[in-house]
Amino acid sequence: MDPSRVDFPPGPAGAPMDTMTMLDIRNLHARIDDREILKGLDLTLNAGEVHAIMGPNGSGKSTLSYVLAGKDDYEVTEGTATLDGEDLLEMEPDARAAAGLFLAFQYPIEIPGVANMTFLRTALNAQRKARGEAEISTPDFLRLVKEKASDLGISQEMLRRGVNVGFSGGEKKRNEILQMSILEPKLCILDETDSGLDIDALKIVAQGVNALRSPKRAMLVITHYQRLLDHIVPDVVHVMHQGRIVRSGGKELALELEASGYAAYGDAA
Amino acid sequence: MTTDIRTLRTSGEEAFAQAAEARLAAEPTQGRIGELRRAAASAFAEHGLPTRRVEEWKYTDLRAAVREAPPLAGEVTASAEAEAGLRAIAFPGTERVLFVNGAYGRGASHLGRLPAGVSAVPLAAALASGSPLLDRIGGLAPQRYDAALALNTAMLREGLVIHVSAGARVETPIHIAHVFTADAPLSTFTRMLVVVEEGAQVAFIESHQGPDGIAYQANAATEFYVGDGAHVDLIRVQEEGDRALHLATLVVDMGRDVAFHAFQLATGAATARLSLYGRFSGSGSHAGIRGVNLLAARQHGDVTMVLDHAVPHCESRELFKTVLKDESHGVFQGKIIVRPDAQKTDGRMMSQSLLLGEFAQMDNKPELEIFADDVQCGHGATAGALDDDLLFYLLSRGIPRPDAEVLLVQAFVGEAVEYVEQEDLREALMARIVERLGKAG
Repeated sequence: MDPSRVDFPPGPAGAPMDTMTMLDIRNLHARIDDREILKGLDLTLNAGEVHAIMGPNGSGKSTLSYVLAGKDDYEVTEGTATLDGEDLLEMEPDARAAAGLFLAFQYPIEIPGVANMTFLRTALNAQRKARGEAEISTPDFLRLVKEKASDLGISQEMLRRGVNVGFSGGEKKRNEILQMSILEPKLCILDETDSGLDIDALKIVAQGVNALRSPKRAMLVITHYQRLLDHIVPDVVHVMHQGRIVRSGGKELALELEASGYAAYGDAA
Repeated sequence: MTTDIRTLRTSGEEAFAQAAEARLAAEPTQGRIGELRRAAASAFAEHGLPTRRVEEWKYTDLRAAVREAPPLAGEVTASAEAEAGLRAIAFPGTERVLFVNGAYGRGASHLGRLPAGVSAVPLAAALASGSPLLDRIGGLAPQRYDAALALNTAMLREGLVIHVSAGARVETPIHIAHVFTADAPLSTFTRMLVVVEEGAQVAFIESHQGPDGIAYQANAATEFYVGDGAHVDLIRVQEEGDRALHLATLVVDMGRDVAFHAFQLATGAATARLSLYGRFSGSGSHAGIRGVNLLAARQHGDVTMVLDHAVPHCESRELFKTVLKDESHGVFQGKIIVRPDAQKTDGRMMSQSLLLGEFAQMDNKPELEIFADDVQCGHGATAGALDDDLLFYLLSRGIPRPDAEVLLVQAFVGEAVEYVEQEDLREALMARIVERLGKAG
């Protein structure tokens, strides 16, 4: 690609200088097997911001989310990534979660035999324990789950079932958002949360996500389509291509991409 | 010219053969029981312990496990009985009968308190009084010589004879607790005979426990006669000490329209074997046999069963889950026989294992012997590690790896535990599994 065509951003648009940096990625390189997928990625998110990453299939969007969450199929060969000042890459996946990172999976997995409730409670208490906090009491936990689940239209029956077992695509995504709202992370990474959702399900999920927007929290929304960004309106939109951020701009960049597609990036590849 | 190949006797084999003869000589039994015992003793004297060339014992070297024969257990002392009473697993809402070092615990068992419809007599008393129920004992001998059962029969003395009256609906499960308390190795032989009459409904728990570090040998055999239309649940919990040998034989005869559900949770012993012989002798019956084996260190756990569909329209389901850590070795052998008359038989067998230890090993041997043409039979076996994607999902939510592994193993074995119908027993079993998984780390 011709570097002259790429307008590298100095930082997130409109972010005041004194804003707290939540996620800071510098020159990140990562590979799976012998294939390098991330090739020097830079990205900074401040607390309170919602960033979207868009890009063609194969540009490395999902890899970025897995690398940040700590999936051990990927090997980081160069670069740094910190969450609220802590070195993410040195931590085990569970420690990253306890430090405040949450990845909403593109394909949430089914875990037969582990009841959703048990799972939520085990996760919440494990994180609290890791942070040196007391375990949540049973009544408090039940109250919390009931409130959050009803906001997302998740029934008691779904809470009793095995994690995601027999859930529709939309229910699985809502269950991800339920976990997110109970675990209250500092950084939410939404990996193609819109995939497989019809418009009604998309609205419920987007409402759930928007409810979590907070000055203390940053969100990274990974998506292939602009549609999701009508509902979760980002502060910054990045275009990812061949393992790097190649362009950044305001939310109007998403509309531009919707109109022109990723062909320009593909052609340049 | 034929060459007579004789296998050298192990000293344990020799000692057990002598002990059986000595016991027979000391207590000459008359009539059928006497003949049964003498036949069993001479069968053992002749065939001894199986080598690994014997197909049924291909994966479990019983000769190696029985190099020595610990002395036979003697009388129960009051202090041993008290200790056993404290150690025995307490299943809430059950009535308990206690066996201590293989002998009936008179003081801690309350046979008079058993629920209505259930009567039980210690085997020794039944033998002395010549109970007519004893006509059934040994009546369901497996087709082929079984060393563990032969020895158990030759040694016949301690045990329990249980009778459940026709039509009885027994709400309270009966727990027969076997606790080993001695601080030196002993050999124990216990025998249960359970006769469930027509239309009765009853649940039994049989538990086996003992201390770590003592190489005792427990041989426990149970015979079930399940009458027409009866519904019987059996839950076995095997938590013997880590150097123990546990040899269990379960023989079940099912009449017409029977529901028989067995579940075994096995976590103990250095070497454990459950041999199960089930026979459908009346049509329209269902047998569900499931189990969970949790093995660690160098434990060896073997479940071997033969289900004999002798009559038409019967259904059998087997599901065994084995979790193997470290260098443990699991065995599942399941044979379904469908006799020529047993049309419309429906038999399914599944053995699934999780290999968590680098040197863990699982042997599966399913066999189908089908002589009828209108049947449905199937079997399957799987072996694998924990799913990395499942594990990552749990880790990504902040659950530390050891806890995540326990959750996933719990989920894996939970599919078998689910079949236990009584909710509180199911929960009690799950709690023991979780505790064990945590402990074995």
